[in-house]
Amino acid sequence: MSRKIVVGYDGSDSAKAALDFSVSLAKAQGGSVVVAHVLEWSPYSFLTPQELEERHKRRGEELERAETAVLKPVVDGLSDSGVAVSTALKYGHITETLCKIAKDEGADQIVIGRTGHSGLATRIFGSVAGSLAQAAPVPVTIVP
Amino acid sequence: MHRSIRAATLAVPATLAASAPAMAQSLDQTINDGFASATGWFVSFIFSPFPGTTFPWIVAWLVIAATIFTVYFGLIQFRAFPHSISLVKGDYSDPNDAGEVSHFQALATALSGTVGLGNIAGVAVAVGIGGPGATFWMILAGLMGMASKFTECTLGVKYRNEYDDGTVSGGPMYYMTKGFAERGLPLGRFMAILFSVFCILGALGGGNMFQANQAHAQITNVVGEYPGWITGIVFAGIVFAVIVGGLKSIAKVTEKVVPIMGVMYVLTALVILLMNANMIGWAFGEIFRGAFTGAGVAGGMVGALIQGFKRAAFSNEAGVGSAAIAHSAVKTKEPITEGFVSLLEPFIDTVVICTMTALVIIITGQLVMDANTGMYLLDEGASTIQTVDGNKGVALTSAAFSSAFPFFKYILAIAVILFAFSTMISWSYYGLKAWTFLFGEGHTKELVFKVIFCIFVIIGASASLGPVIDFSDAAIFAMAVVNIVALYCLMPIVKRELESYMSRLKSGEIAKFH
Repeated sequence: MSRKIVVGYDGSDSAKAALDFSVSLAKAQGGSVVVAHVLEWSPYSFLTPQELEERHKRRGEELERAETAVLKPVVDGLSDSGVAVSTALKYGHITETLCKIAKDEGADQIVIGRTGHSGLATRIFGSVAGSLAQAAPVPVTIVP
Repeated sequence: MHRSIRAATLAVPATLAASAPAMAQSLDQTINDGFASATGWFVSFIFSPFPGTTFPWIVAWLVIAATIFTVYFGLIQFRAFPHSISLVKGDYSDPNDAGEVSHFQALATALSGTVGLGNIAGVAVAVGIGGPGATFWMILAGLMGMASKFTECTLGVKYRNEYDDGTVSGGPMYYMTKGFAERGLPLGRFMAILFSVFCILGALGGGNMFQANQAHAQITNVVGEYPGWITGIVFAGIVFAVIVGGLKSIAKVTEKVVPIMGVMYVLTALVILLMNANMIGWAFGEIFRGAFTGAGVAGGMVGALIQGFKRAAFSNEAGVGSAAIAHSAVKTKEPITEGFVSLLEPFIDTVVICTMTALVIIITGQLVMDANTGMYLLDEGASTIQTVDGNKGVALTSAAFSSAFPFFKYILAIAVILFAFSTMISWSYYGLKAWTFLFGEGHTKELVFKVIFCIFVIIGASASLGPVIDFSDAAIFAMAVVNIVALYCLMPIVKRELESYMSRLKSGEIAKFH
């Protein structure tokens, strides 16, 4: 049975730990890994007219930067790992978008790193790990 | 007509004015006189009444246009209202387009350009001159204006320019040139140039000087009198930092705070209305009585009607063409969808926010009424209604809100300054688009406009309200003259788009994504 793992990846150290964990898991179980990078975005944010005009252009630039600076090094680095690696790059709310990617890809689980914050900021704004654990359609593994 | 607005100049306490440095005051005076004499002829032309009446032709022009669009598109503002809400919520947006400009964002940006002093100061001017009845005509103008907005914003998206580098530019200049060419009509280029000239004047007037002027009035209302050019220089410096220096942080903060201020303003008004819930029926009674009988206000029923229509147009800019510039960056395959979304703008701006202001002024009893006759008492010049403390313009709104919540004066001052600032940023962009349409793009050319824009901030803060409001109105309405001619010529195109879209929506070809 081939198992598919979606790993939330943003280039941070904890995300790298989550990626390593996913790859070794996939290797052991003979599965594949989807490296998912989400660009935080809300269709309800406010922009100036100048930003509206340039939005389409900026979006292209942001996608290209994410592709070359975040995702490509990962795919290149895993090319001889023996694990099938694909990528997903989307705009949106991080938790919602990761759930959607997992659903669309038919994944069996989501793996993410954690930031290690437990202070006031998390109390107010919530954490991705916390809300993902609540909302995900598949099991979630949080890698310290 | 504009004479009576001039009478609505914010009362400057004479004692305070006298204590300010004489030299500074004379500088303000020089700017004021020079400005008034330079723009007088233009103002007189735009507001000239029909021969033998006091009814300005420009008001009729706007009302007739809004009526024609309303009838031509079969009450589109009511038919499409639920669908508009659905579009703004993103029900019809392709999730793969996330990261592009959403309907909500285009609407929010356009709104931050229109919601502002027109809703706070303009309404007070209207009610102060035209009485409560002006509110009725204002709401009616807002509802009709939704159809004008629908027409111009659909065209704005349909004929926008999409450049190779991914940026987009749209607005009346583009539908005048491209749309006219498509229909084989002459003079498209000429109209576009004329519109651009008026748009630059409107950007410097209503989008700049009026804002700077009222922001200064609001600050002096709180901290006491001081020369206007000081406010002008500070404001000009901040605007300069944003539009020339590219200082995004200030614009970002404003864009975040302005919607919060807007919501807070409406909520406070609602609380005041609820506190006086037993008087809401009476207030609407006053509005209807005033709308059809005149109820002893300056100019009678016609006066109320002119004020209502005029302030509504100035506030929601329907038919003016500015919104077509702001809405044109949206990501959509169907230009008509942005038309649907844009029709919410006059609704939110005029039917909701302006009405709130008017109701609060009426309910808190700011207008002095003769208890025996039920007639409103007039000021000495018989041009405005007496108010409790002699307040006019933004000070009248401030007094009305403060009578329920004394601290609201300070919140309103901050709100006015922020609204003024966000409106200036929006209009600097509209003006720049017109400027680059005329002179071409290029760093130096754009810089010239931006510097001129900042200089006008100083002039606006220094001049007194009369000449500034006259010129601001005149320039913005001049845009409407050209724009509405273009809308008449191009409305069959919008109709075709509308019919095609509606039939596909009905057949299920256009469906929700969620």
